[in-house]
Amino acid sequence: MDHDHQELPSDPALRVMALESLLVEKGLVDPAALEELIDTYEHKVGPRNGARVVARAWLDPAFKQRLLADASSAVAELGYVGQGREHLVVLENTPERHNLVVCTLCSCYPWPVLGLPPVWYKSSPYRSRAVIDPRGVLREFGLEIGENVEIRVWDSTSEMRYLVLPERPAGTEGMNEDELAELVTRDAMIGTAKVTLEETPR
Amino acid sequence: MNGVHDMGGMHGMGPIVPESEEPVFHEPWEARVFALYRATSSLGRWNIDAARHARERIPPADYLRMSYYEKWLAGLITMLEESGLVTRAEVENGRRAPEIPKAIPPLRAEQVAALVAERGWFERPVNGLPRFAVGEAVRVKKINQTGHTRLPRYARGNVGVVDRVHGAHVFPDSNAHFRGESPQYLYSVRFSARELWGESASSRDAVYIDLWEDYLEPA
Repeated sequence: MDHDHQELPSDPALRVMALESLLVEKGLVDPAALEELIDTYEHKVGPRNGARVVARAWLDPAFKQRLLADASSAVAELGYVGQGREHLVVLENTPERHNLVVCTLCSCYPWPVLGLPPVWYKSSPYRSRAVIDPRGVLREFGLEIGENVEIRVWDSTSEMRYLVLPERPAGTEGMNEDELAELVTRDAMIGTAKVTLEETPR
Repeated sequence: MNGVHDMGGMHGMGPIVPESEEPVFHEPWEARVFALYRATSSLGRWNIDAARHARERIPPADYLRMSYYEKWLAGLITMLEESGLVTRAEVENGRRAPEIPKAIPPLRAEQVAALVAERGWFERPVNGLPRFAVGEAVRVKKINQTGHTRLPRYARGNVGVVDRVHGAHVFPDSNAHFRGESPQYLYSVRFSARELWGESASSRDAVYIDLWEDYLEPA
């Protein structure tokens, strides 16, 4: 342990509690604002937002066109919580092309449409290997991508955020927007899964 | 900086372990760190690039060992100390030093919705046109700077093709060190997997990397 920090408790829970009480005592933090922030990201912002974007794009070709041309403006039409002006690019999967999103340098992720990222997305194994071995990474997720399909990996090195528009599965022709949105998983919008009729949403 | 955070292309990090029914936060303290970071960032004493650089400066062995929110905690303490909002002594004692005045109004609960909605907009107006056009071949410069950069090592020296021009964006290499936003054009550059990784890579696959104009030269 760093000598300078020897007196600090090693348990992060205790350290955070001490830091919070210091910041509150100094008037730098209002506990009510902390509760509001936590509630927002635990309950209001999440992949259901992105799923609505995808479902709308599947049903409305004009919306899809606007989404692919300028996602930042197009998602503003949907009006969900946590939405604001964000640099967003939507990447369309097709039978010939599969998109996969990563941030090799840290953990950049489209919060307004997907919420906070899962642990594996922020982990060293995913960050290191997604760019050099995307097919191996996808196989670890149970996804085999044919040799005739192009894989495009998007390394989120700037403030641009990337969201995958998965392919709409066959057998969903009669479904409405809500039913379609239920099928769309977080992983499908990162690019580590496809949308299927069977899968439980993750 | 050529830090351990710059992981693209490394081997030996182990399997990817997805978790089913994953909670947003695994422990209450993780949620507190997240909220403390968002609340204090809103005070405007640092920027997102400086905060990233604070996490990159965690010693490499610690960086690899720490969990995600442990890194956030370490980075938050660095930013609080370097911005002068708290002193090292205060962090160590957990008590406000009496001679240090209480600060600025904190973020209020009723301001949270607006904060969450404003994730940030980093495009800036600039004079002049982009140096490179869509479809143009560009080579990534070999830059090894000790400060903050968003140029990953695995891209350096390689040739790609400009796929999109994102407009002029805040330049992290400058902004992280409080030397100004210095906006410049940002490009999405397509690199074939073989250009980056050699003949064993798929001939079909590609990696797209967002790169600022200063990182690039004509190929």
